[in-house]
Amino acid sequence: MNLEFTPEEVEFRKEVRAFIEENYPKHLRGVGAREDLSRDDMLAWHQILGEKGWSVPSWPEEYGGTGWTPTQKYIWSEENARMDTIMPLPFGVSMVGPVIYTFGSEEMKAKHLPGIREGKVWWCQGYSEPGAGSDLASLKTTAVRDGDHYVINGQKTWTTLAQHADWGFFLCRTDPNASKPQEGISFILADMNTPGIEVKPIKTIDGGHEVNETWLTDVRVPVENLVGEENKGWTYAKFLLAHERSGIAGVARSKRGVERLREIASTELLEGRPLIQDDEFLRKIGQLEIDLTALEFTELRTLAGEAQGKGPGPESSILKVKGTEIQQRLTELTLEAVGHYGHPYFRGFPEDGSNEFPIGPEYAHQAAPNYFNMRKTSIYGGSNEIQRNIITKMILGL
Amino acid sequence: MDFNFSEEQTMIRDSLARLLRDQYDFETRRKVAESDTGWRPEMWQQFAELGLLGAAFSEDDGGLGGNAIDSMIIMEEFGKALVVEPYVPTVVCAGGFLKHAGTAAQKEEHLTAIIGGESVFAFAYAEPRGRYDLHDLETTARKDGGGYVLNGHKAVVIGAPWASHLIVTARTSGERRDRDGISVFIVEKGADGITTRDYPTVDGRRASEVYFENVSVPADAMIGEEGKALPLIERVVDEATAAVCAEATGAMGVAQTMTVEYSRQRKQFGVAIGKFQVLQHRMVDMFMEHEQSISMTYMATLKLDEDDVARKKAVSGAKVRIGQGGRFVGQEAVQIHGGMGMTDELAIGHYFKRLTMIDSEFGNVDYHMRRYTALSGEGQKVAAE
Repeated sequence: MNLEFTPEEVEFRKEVRAFIEENYPKHLRGVGAREDLSRDDMLAWHQILGEKGWSVPSWPEEYGGTGWTPTQKYIWSEENARMDTIMPLPFGVSMVGPVIYTFGSEEMKAKHLPGIREGKVWWCQGYSEPGAGSDLASLKTTAVRDGDHYVINGQKTWTTLAQHADWGFFLCRTDPNASKPQEGISFILADMNTPGIEVKPIKTIDGGHEVNETWLTDVRVPVENLVGEENKGWTYAKFLLAHERSGIAGVARSKRGVERLREIASTELLEGRPLIQDDEFLRKIGQLEIDLTALEFTELRTLAGEAQGKGPGPESSILKVKGTEIQQRLTELTLEAVGHYGHPYFRGFPEDGSNEFPIGPEYAHQAAPNYFNMRKTSIYGGSNEIQRNIITKMILGL
Repeated sequence: MDFNFSEEQTMIRDSLARLLRDQYDFETRRKVAESDTGWRPEMWQQFAELGLLGAAFSEDDGGLGGNAIDSMIIMEEFGKALVVEPYVPTVVCAGGFLKHAGTAAQKEEHLTAIIGGESVFAFAYAEPRGRYDLHDLETTARKDGGGYVLNGHKAVVIGAPWASHLIVTARTSGERRDRDGISVFIVEKGADGITTRDYPTVDGRRASEVYFENVSVPADAMIGEEGKALPLIERVVDEATAAVCAEATGAMGVAQTMTVEYSRQRKQFGVAIGKFQVLQHRMVDMFMEHEQSISMTYMATLKLDEDDVARKKAVSGAKVRIGQGGRFVGQEAVQIHGGMGMTDELAIGHYFKRLTMIDSEFGNVDYHMRRYTALSGEGQKVAAE
């Protein structure tokens, strides 16, 4: 056991840092990931990485993975967090991509993996339904075989960034008579331009438009868009969720967030002194940092286990629960830190190009929306309660 | 970065786990803890024979060439079995002082005896008014001819009733709370002028109040430099803190699995209580606390040889997290065991007691949170002002 970086790893960090500094788009520096960016801006870094061959580090090398060690991946995410880059979105790279290369046919791999890898095709996830949230297996959207097509009918919801999506992956019921709800589900890909697919925005409490309702009415999809076998979709869906969880800890980003919080708390005043000199506040940041360290080393242990051939297992649920709790606490403390200037609401406000005085410090502008927005993290990807159910069943064996 | 254990380390863990399973079951441990002596010298000899007492020392020092990771493994296993024998005071504390600052002669005399199991040490550092501050010392060591004369009162010296020797921190100059003027001595417990009041502790161990009245020690009883020993003491106490973090981790793991097991057996309202989601999620939280404690123990142990600030932050961060985790796991374990958790008969209460007392060993959550924040970012600047 040791924490040292080898000379090769030190060299790797230099290479990665230099690449990011040279190639990260100038106009996106200091912007960070925001759902009101244009589609091109959100894909820009993904496409640059695609050309470099670094867009899908965790994939098997035969599909374009980098073959990096866990330590290299750790360095990679630290360096990206350092520059606050807009990373490839998870829907293609960490969700449907691994499902396709693990369970899909050769034709399907050839058709879809390059677009995901290169950041050319935008994917969205059709899992949740109005009546099927945590109880995902109760989903009602149906796909009925009709010759060489499936005809899909139903409604999906919380379809993140579907307004930009080219393709979607949908869980549909193909056997309504299966003995268990989990057994009659299939995993089907659909071109979002197919007639009968309608995407409607859902406005969220932060004021943003990130998620959508997706209506599917007599949507005809070729049968070759079925992933793996019919009625085995639940297996693939669970596989996807375990994959999704392993990247969800967000350690490097949260570390950067703590630094930013410290900067804000050094500027804000309490009783005429920097807020960060207040024992109470210092203690809150201390607790956050300590919990983040615990998460970081838990993730490092998990990654080390994966390098030894253990796939992402139920332990990744810990990373999801603790990672999201920390992300939430970070935005909560940031909102606390900015005080009065958490109140003004800027969405749609003509800030750019305006000659008006800015209202309050810039770091305060997103504090409240970020806090409201991050409440989603303990709900999505299998709510934190569902994660506890998973650990109960898979690890505690109760 | 590498999180794998070496073959030797895995062997140490396996052979120790086997020994404890065979000879350190809970009922045996209870009898020993309640016996007149409160420990088993013959068990200590077996630890020596297994190489545990020398595992963490270099080959030059007569050890097996290991390091703090070996102590971590040993303490985690000790935590699982609630071992009472004084590994931390003897091997981690006394061994640490000798390893870092002992002269060749001191090592020759004492390290060899520690590794062989002949000498048992207690670490007399705490004082009635000093709380967790290592430099808050009223015990004095006055220069007298070629040696020193010790006077003072050391509080709750764990393992002292069993010890052949004491490591004593004392003030050779300065005022009560000065950081300078502190020195460290090796003292035979039987030396003239030492009296002790021995007592059991609430978690099944033994300790003493140790009184020094004009105790003469020779000059070569001093380890390290006169008056400049605080950084050395801080380093050794950090190593000991990491070791008790490992012990807590072991104890937490057992408390958690025992609780899950109990919830499987215990029926109420016609079903096993482990079927209740409200209890399931709390047991998951216990599981997550345990996992994070393992992570923090690794982190702290792996950073023990970094610079002072990095080491202190790592150890304090771990002790905060583990103090909080240990309290949570212990309290929930008792709660989920219901009335049975309150009985002396079941092992679970004894794990709870040990976890509780570990929090106040070498500084509790509040103490380490203060130390952590004082060393972080802006806090560091404030502390320097």
